[in-house]
Amino acid sequence: MASSNDCDPLPVKVLPVGIKVLIAGGFGVGKTTFVNALSEIEPLSTEEILTAVSAATDRLDGVENKATTTVALDFGRITLSPSHVLYLFGTPGQERFWFMWDELSEGALGAVVLADTRRLEHSFAAVDFFERRGIPFVVAVNEFDGAHRYRAEEVRTALDLRQEVPVVLCDARVQSAGIRVLLELIQYLLTTRSSHGSDTDRLLRA
Amino acid sequence: MTPVLPDGPLIDEAVGRLVRPYTVSDGRTRATSHFTLVTVVRATGAQTHGAFGLDHAQVLALCERPVSVAEVAARMQVPAAVVKVLLSDLAEGGAVVAGDAPPPAPGHSARPDRDLLEAVRDGLLKRL
Repeated sequence: MASSNDCDPLPVKVLPVGIKVLIAGGFGVGKTTFVNALSEIEPLSTEEILTAVSAATDRLDGVENKATTTVALDFGRITLSPSHVLYLFGTPGQERFWFMWDELSEGALGAVVLADTRRLEHSFAAVDFFERRGIPFVVAVNEFDGAHRYRAEEVRTALDLRQEVPVVLCDARVQSAGIRVLLELIQYLLTTRSSHGSDTDRLLRA
Repeated sequence: MTPVLPDGPLIDEAVGRLVRPYTVSDGRTRATSHFTLVTVVRATGAQTHGAFGLDHAQVLALCERPVSVAEVAARMQVPAAVVKVLLSDLAEGGAVVAGDAPPPAPGHSARPDRDLLEAVRDGLLKRL
């Protein structure tokens, strides 16, 4: 967008690349807590006004329904280096906002699906969404106080996850635990990437 | 001040699937540059030429240091789509520059760059 300017602009240094990771999972599973613990800024909220063709209702008449909804997105920031800034976006938890995950996931590096073992079924939808779209994700089991403890393998079975999808236990309130979850995601991306260039689908379905 | 909905499909290549004229952007919804929520922008310090209003000035003030589109929107308390339009105006006039987008995302046929992943990993490791 550079235009010739008579007035001297400041020397433009290279700007950092913004990187997006989604934090998903059902309502009340700890997404906000997770983002809060990791963010270097007070987590912010921005509004997006989205128009989506409704997929879930009234399809019999063949008429597409359009819905316009304002959704507040909570996000946090982690500055990784002068050239990379990571943004964590919590996906809206309510079912009626799932239509907008498509837009939100555009350009995302990957996702963390938080799961609460007391309500594992609340995370089915997120798992299903990312699987269908071939978006890499890890499952992080948020170990709430008093939550029943399960082993990662039990959670994997209950969520019917592919063997290669990492499942990690974490405490969403603890920053280092959150960092480890993100590292797990990056490692997973690096591994799947090196296994096969760009044929994600083949790899994920193998 | 009744918003007028366009006749065409409510889709905009640059802004996304959200099209509604906004008062703050004079009803314009087409962002001429490609801004995403995580695009990092920064004011260049160049004098602005166009007839920019208070909202543009507010955006400029918020991006004196590198900042993401999402942060500008959050701090202005207006939808991100509006901020994208204002930023496009400013970028066209040379008052704002935008950083690169990360390489194509996973799940959309391409894999992210190894260098990018390693940079993210190293940055995270430093935080442990």
